[in-house]
Amino acid sequence: MNITEMPVWELSRALQGKELSAVEAASAYLDEISAKEKDIGAYLTVTEEGALSTAAQVDKKRTQGEKLPPLAGVPMGIKDNICVRGVRTTCASRMLENFVPPYDAHVVERLAEHDYVLLGKTNLDEFAMGSSTENSFFQPTHNPRDLSRVPGGSSGGSAAAVAAGEAAYALGSDTGGSIRQPAAFCGVVGMKPTYGAVSRYGLVAFASSFDQIGPLTRDVRDNALVLSAIAGYDRRDSTSVDRAGGDFLSGIEAGVQGKKIALPREYFGEGIDPQVALAIEGAARRFAGLGAQVEEVSMESLPHALPAYYILSSAEASSNLARFDGVKYGFRAKGCRGVEELYLRSRSEGFGREVKRRIMLGSFVLSAGYYDAYYKKAQQVRTLIVEDFKRVFRGYDFILGPVAPTTAYRMGEKTRDPLSMYLGDVYTVPVNIAGLPALSLPCGANEDGLPIGMQLIGPAFSEGMLYQAGYAFETSAKGDA
Amino acid sequence: MSGSYEMVVGLEVHVELSTKTKIFCGCSTAFGAAPNTQCCPVCMGMPGALPVLNERVVEYAVKAGLATHCAIARFSKQDRKNYFYPDLPKAYQISQYDLPLCEHGWLDVQVKAGEKRIGITRIHIEEDAGKLIHTEDGGTLCDYNRCGVPLIEIVTEPDIRSAEEAVAFVRKLRSILRYAGISDCKMQEGSLRCDVNLSVRKRGEQTMGTRTEMKNLNSFQFIAKAITYEFKRQVEAVESGEAIVQETRRFDEKSGKTFSMRKKEDADDYRYFPDPDLAPIVLSDTLLTRLEREIPVLPDERKALYRERYGLTDADGEALVSEREIADYFEAAAAFTRAPGILANLITSEVFRLLAPGETCIPVAPAHLGQIADMLEEGKINSGTGKKLIGALWREDQDPAALAEREGLWQLSDESLLRPIARQVIGDNEKSAADYRRGKTQAIQTLIGQCMRQTKGKGNPVLLRKLLEELLRQE
Repeated sequence: MNITEMPVWELSRALQGKELSAVEAASAYLDEISAKEKDIGAYLTVTEEGALSTAAQVDKKRTQGEKLPPLAGVPMGIKDNICVRGVRTTCASRMLENFVPPYDAHVVERLAEHDYVLLGKTNLDEFAMGSSTENSFFQPTHNPRDLSRVPGGSSGGSAAAVAAGEAAYALGSDTGGSIRQPAAFCGVVGMKPTYGAVSRYGLVAFASSFDQIGPLTRDVRDNALVLSAIAGYDRRDSTSVDRAGGDFLSGIEAGVQGKKIALPREYFGEGIDPQVALAIEGAARRFAGLGAQVEEVSMESLPHALPAYYILSSAEASSNLARFDGVKYGFRAKGCRGVEELYLRSRSEGFGREVKRRIMLGSFVLSAGYYDAYYKKAQQVRTLIVEDFKRVFRGYDFILGPVAPTTAYRMGEKTRDPLSMYLGDVYTVPVNIAGLPALSLPCGANEDGLPIGMQLIGPAFSEGMLYQAGYAFETSAKGDA
Repeated sequence: MSGSYEMVVGLEVHVELSTKTKIFCGCSTAFGAAPNTQCCPVCMGMPGALPVLNERVVEYAVKAGLATHCAIARFSKQDRKNYFYPDLPKAYQISQYDLPLCEHGWLDVQVKAGEKRIGITRIHIEEDAGKLIHTEDGGTLCDYNRCGVPLIEIVTEPDIRSAEEAVAFVRKLRSILRYAGISDCKMQEGSLRCDVNLSVRKRGEQTMGTRTEMKNLNSFQFIAKAITYEFKRQVEAVESGEAIVQETRRFDEKSGKTFSMRKKEDADDYRYFPDPDLAPIVLSDTLLTRLEREIPVLPDERKALYRERYGLTDADGEALVSEREIADYFEAAAAFTRAPGILANLITSEVFRLLAPGETCIPVAPAHLGQIADMLEEGKINSGTGKKLIGALWREDQDPAALAEREGLWQLSDESLLRPIARQVIGDNEKSAADYRRGKTQAIQTLIGQCMRQTKGKGNPVLLRKLLEELLRQE
C-alpha cells in the first residue's frame, strides 16, 4: 500500500487495524515532504519532531487498547494563519516571522482531542491576501499538477500538500475563496463551511465577517470526516453558532435523487474559460443523470459581489492588521526614534505590497467623507446578495457553479496586475458575503490535464447535503474512469 | 469684563465599572496589581484572539442609564474606533458609535442659585486602554492590566454654565453610580475621569463659540480650577480680538493653568465601523424589568423623603444623601431621636469634620448619636458638650447619657446658680460691660464666654445671655 496516496478514511482503517503504526504513517509523510518540498514549497515550518512524538503517543494509546477517534494518528498540515501553541505562526509575513503563539486555535484544540499528528504549517499568501500563494514573504508554492503553475490561494500550501501526498489532509481558511480555489487548481476537495460553523478563535483575522476555517482533502468523504471533527460551538467566538454538532458522514450515501439544482446564468459570463464552462455543464448533466433536476436561474446581484467584497474585506483587514505595529511582538524596524517612526517603518518594512494595498484601500473606504459611498453602500449590496441567495434557495436545494473562471495559471502571470488576480475571485466571494457553505470538488480536467473545480453552494448549515451531493458525483465520476 | 460673558460647558465622564472581570475576557479588573499580571491574549489583542462581551457590563451600563432617566436602546451595537497608540494593543478601541445603550437622560443638581437640570446626551460602553509609564532614561513601558477594563462614557448636553454646576453634576453622578453599585468612582485611582468641553459667548447669545477640550481631570478641585481658568483665558482672548482655536488643552495641576496640547487639524479620523467580531446587543423585557428592580432608592428620592418626613432643608438633605452609607446611617440614627433636624446638623458639621476624606464609616452607633440629638433638643446638654460627647464616642463608643452623668456634663440651667456667676463676670470685665452699655451689643459674647469658662462649658448659653442682659440693664 502507498501510505501517502491513501485517503484519510482508508489510512484511518489501516491504523485502527494495526496494519500500520502512526509512527510509520508520519515517517512516510515526512519522507515524502523531504523528497518533494524543494519543488513544491508547501510548508513554511515542518514539525518533524513533534509529529513523530505525537505519533508515538498515539501508537502507545492504541497498544494499550484505547479506542481512538478516526483521525487519530493521521498526519496533516495546518495553514500558517491558524495558531498552534508553541509552533511558529507566521501568516507568511515578515511581520510575524518569529511569532510563536502561547495558545491553540479552537480547531487545534478539537484536533488534539482527536489525537491529530501535525506535520507542519503550510504556506499561504501573506495574511491570506491573494489567490496564488505567490504573496508569501518566504517562498511561493508550486502546483503539484504542473510545477510551473500556481496552486491557487491563499490556502495554496494546504492544497498543494494534500495533492502532492505531503499531508493526508490539511486545514485552510476561506475569506473570499481561499479554500475552494486552490482545491480546484490542485484537484482536491475543499469545504468553506457556513459562517459560524467553525470557531475562528486562533485564526489570525483577515476579514472577520468573512473568514472561515475548513478542510482540504483528497475526497469528499475525508472532508466530511474532518469537518465533523472541527465544527461546533465555541463560546470564545461570539460569531460561533450554537447548534447540535454535525456528524457529516452519516447518510453521505443518500444521493441526489429528486434534488433541485440551480445553475446561475451569471456564473457563465464574460471571462470564463470555455473549457471550464464545458466541464460545469458536464457536471450538471451528470447530476441530472443521478436523478436531480437542474435548472438555469438568474441572480442579478452577483456581478456586484466582487467590488462589495473587496471594499468590506479590505475595511475589516485595515483594522484587524493595525495591531501589527512593532510594539508588542513581531517585526520591529531597527533604529527608530520615536513611536511615530516605529509605527511607520515597522509597518512599511514588515508588510508586503498586497497587504499594504488592502490596508490602504480599507482605510480609505472607512474614512470620513467616503464611508457612505463605499463601506455603507457595500453593506447594502451585501444585504441584496444575501436576499438573492435566500430567494434561490426557496426553490432549489443547492447551486452549482464553477469555482474559478480559469484553471491554474502560470506563476508570475498575474502578479503585475492585482486587478486581474482579484477578478479570479468572482465566483467564490458571493458565498462569503452571504456566509453560506460551499463545497469545491474536481469535475474534470482541461486539455492540458489541469484540474477543473466546481462548487456546490447550499443554504446555511446544509454541509451534510452538500457532502451527499458531492459524494454521489465523485462516486459516479470514479465509476466512469 | 467677564460679567458680560457666559461659559457653555459640556462634560464627558469616563467611569470604570465595578465588574470583577474585564469587558471581553475573564481577566481581573482589580486595581494595583503588578504590571502585566492581569492580561491574556484577548485583552492584549494577540493575533487570532477574539472578544466576548461580558453581560454584566451591559447590565451595569443599563442601570446607569435607568438611574439617570435615560431611554434604553433595545438594540445597540459595538463599533471599532481605530487609532494607533502604544497603550492600545489592538490599535482600535471597542466602543459604541451611533447606537449607544442609553440616550436622552438628565440629572437635577443643587447649586447656590437653586436647582438646575443638566441633560445627558448618551451613555455608552467601551474598553479602557493600558497605562504607559515613562522612565527617566526616556523609555516607555506598557502596562496592559487596565486594557479591557469596562468603562461607561457619560456625555452631557452643553447645559452647564459654571464651575459650580459642573462639580455639582459630577458629584451627583458619582453619588448615583456609587448608590447603584455601578462603580466605586475612585477619582484618585482613575475610576472616574472627566473631560471638559468649554466655550464662551456674550450673555444672551444663542450661537456657540469655538470650544476647547480639557482631558482627564481627576478631582473636583481640578475640574473647578480648570473651568475657572479656561473661562477667564477665553474671555480675555475674545476681548483682545483673538480667535479661540478648537483644540485639546492640558490642565496643569501645579500652576492651575491650561496649555495647548493638540490642534483640531491634527485630530484623528477614527474610521468607526461595526465590530464584526461582536453581535448586536439586544435587550429583553425580562432583563430590563429585573434591572429596574435592582436600582436602589436614589439620592434625590431620599432627599425628598427627608424634606417631607424630617423637615430638612434641601441643602442639608443633599449633604446627607450624597454618600449612600451616610444616608443609611442618618436614617438609622433618626429612628432613635425626636430631633432629626438636630441630628442632621450633628452629622453635617461634627461628624463630617471627624471623618477622614473619602471615609464613610462612622464609628459611633446610630442610637448613640440619636440620643445626643435628644439630649440637645431637651436642653440637657449644650452644643459644646454635644461636640465633646461625639468626640469621646468617636474614640470609644459608649452610652452618651452614662458618660455625661459620669463626667458631670449636664447643662446648668439653674438661674439661682448662674446669676451670681454672671454678676461676678460683669464685675471682672468692666470694659466689656461698659462697651455693651454704650451700644456695642456684641460685647456680650465675651461675657457669655467668660461665664462658660466659669461653668466649665456646662452653662446654658441662652439662659446666661438672658441673665447678663438683665444684669447689665439694671446696673
